[in-house]
Amino acid sequence: MTAPAPSSPPVIVLEKLVKFFGRFAALRGISADFAPGRLYVIIGDNGAGKSTLLRIVAGLVEPSQGSFTLLGAKHPRQVAHRIGYMGHAPLLYDELSGMENLRYFAGLYGIRDDEISRQAMRMVGLDPNLSRRVGQYSQGMRQRLSLARAVLHNPELMLLDEPFSNVDARSAHDMTLVLGRVRDQGKTILLVTHQAALMEGIADEFVHMEAGQIVTRGPEAHRTAAAEFGTGTTR
Amino acid sequence: MSTFTVTRATLAKDLRMEWRSKDAINSMLFFALLVVVIFSFAFNPTAEESRLIAGGLIWVAFLFAAVVALNQTWARELRNQVLDAYRVSPAPPNALFLAKAVGNFIFVAALEALMAPLFVVFYELRSVGPVWQLIVIALLGTWALVVNGTFFAALSLRTRSREIMLPLILFPISIPALLAMVDATTSILTGDASPDFWIKLLAVYDIVFTAVCLLLFETVLNAE
Amino acid sequence: MKKLVPFSILATLAMLGLTSYLALAVAPTEATMGDVQRIFYYHVPSAWVAFLCFLVNFVASAIYLWKRSPASDALAAASAEVGVVFCSVVLLTGPIWARPVWGIWWTWDARLTTTLVLWLIYVSYLVLRRFAAGGQTQALAAAFAIFGFIDVPIVYMSIRWFRTQHPSPVIGGGPGSGLAPAMAHVFLANLAAFTLMGILFMWLRYKLQMKEQAIESAHAQAALKGVAQ
Repeated sequence: MTAPAPSSPPVIVLEKLVKFFGRFAALRGISADFAPGRLYVIIGDNGAGKSTLLRIVAGLVEPSQGSFTLLGAKHPRQVAHRIGYMGHAPLLYDELSGMENLRYFAGLYGIRDDEISRQAMRMVGLDPNLSRRVGQYSQGMRQRLSLARAVLHNPELMLLDEPFSNVDARSAHDMTLVLGRVRDQGKTILLVTHQAALMEGIADEFVHMEAGQIVTRGPEAHRTAAAEFGTGTTR
Repeated sequence: MSTFTVTRATLAKDLRMEWRSKDAINSMLFFALLVVVIFSFAFNPTAEESRLIAGGLIWVAFLFAAVVALNQTWARELRNQVLDAYRVSPAPPNALFLAKAVGNFIFVAALEALMAPLFVVFYELRSVGPVWQLIVIALLGTWALVVNGTFFAALSLRTRSREIMLPLILFPISIPALLAMVDATTSILTGDASPDFWIKLLAVYDIVFTAVCLLLFETVLNAE
Repeated sequence: MKKLVPFSILATLAMLGLTSYLALAVAPTEATMGDVQRIFYYHVPSAWVAFLCFLVNFVASAIYLWKRSPASDALAAASAEVGVVFCSVVLLTGPIWARPVWGIWWTWDARLTTTLVLWLIYVSYLVLRRFAAGGQTQALAAAFAIFGFIDVPIVYMSIRWFRTQHPSPVIGGGPGSGLAPAMAHVFLANLAAFTLMGILFMWLRYKLQMKEQAIESAHAQAALKGVAQ
């Protein structure tokens, strides 16, 4: 229930990560450690490199320079079954129902038991018996299902990219509670969002990125970020 | 998650999705029908002549229809970026390739089964040679088109002008297979020659390129 | 090293000059076709060089897939371009030769058709390189190159068989026709000169590609150091 002792080895170690897209440097030398069992919220303006960083850690994009270790492995694909990823886009099939989607993705992780998918849906507040196609879901429902897909296989590390985008306040709040519970079970979460305020009280640490680098990090880093740019964190 | 289980699950999912939306089947069917009708305006041959050109016409029609299907099956994975979910999972990349290739094969083969009678009627075709050989050619030839087609469709996902890129890179490589299909079909229909060499060539083509596709698919899938 | 480029260019030019003289003036006139036949000294060596270029492209692409080194990708790009150029020469000289001698522009004969398919494959390779999005060009092109080259023997076999089934005039005489010794010497000399030319073009194009890569790299490094705000 409590977070692991601080002396546990870090879950993610980034070493001078650089990523070029043509001539544009999205990441300009990121070095950082992330400890297990904590919820990190990555904030920053558009173009700061937050999504790129997440995609590299998830194994979807190769870094141009630098290296990183993740759950003790050199490459995310080696520990793919221990990582859960929620992308900016829903990562769901519009033509299938919620359970059909989860059943398929569960199969990719070697999970045959339908009950696990049903539980995941219930955990995010969705009805497993809903036969409606995902294409007809509201945005809030879609994001919830996407979260369910990411936690389905009980990963140790979760990488979430803007989980609250275009989501109604109620769904967003429910999701933050789910994330808090997941973290309390000892999982590590890296979450990218524009809405730092939502995560106040639940996040362990805020990481502020700007122009491809980590500028500040700490439990109060979101306040300094807000103060610098004059954007009040509104509820 | 063995390759077989994931392939089967992915194939089942694709077939179910196709059954619900019928995107690929409808566009393919309509396209192939259009081609048949237009060809019969353009070429209005006697029964004897038609046996000589039917081989070419049929396979051109199937080729263009196949390209429509090939683009569709990958397009499905790009909506909502859902391909990322597969890539992030521990599922083997080749399972995805095989599922897509087999799915495409089923669609195109179904199309051929539907269109063949139409061709027979429009061109008053009757085969002089053994019909079972036509079926062998159709199976081997369809796989030849579909296996490379699926691979190149995945490749062209990462390019601009995706719809143009696919036929552009697929057709030149497929020329030997197309030649085999067309000439073999013509030889069987006219009974003039034995298609044995072509059958062997298609078999070699299928084996070689299936192997190359399986070897290189992971590179293409993860090229981002 | 700096002197090497101009020296090679001069040496190649000199050799080409010599072999052209041999081909156009010294070699005996062919019995049936007359002087038009002299195109043969350009037509066949071009085909040979094109094939050599595509072989280099295959090897370079395979190395790229294995090692991901920028140099191998640069060589792949260079060899494909040069190969397509020489291939185009074959496709142009073929009809120029065929028209006066056999009265037709094109004949779908086995060798010419194979060259055409080869040309199509590698032109589509170049189009792929142009249209691939950003950083993926190299990997995608390398994968395609493997397909293309492996297809070559299959293309040749299929067209050869097609031609035995449906014979048609063969440009340059059938496989059985031999070369008179005097012609053979001139032919080999031209072959050597063309090979040198092909290697020189590939090398120069490779250097150009490497320079372009270096420029991109420099820009990227500058962006890296650039101040964010």
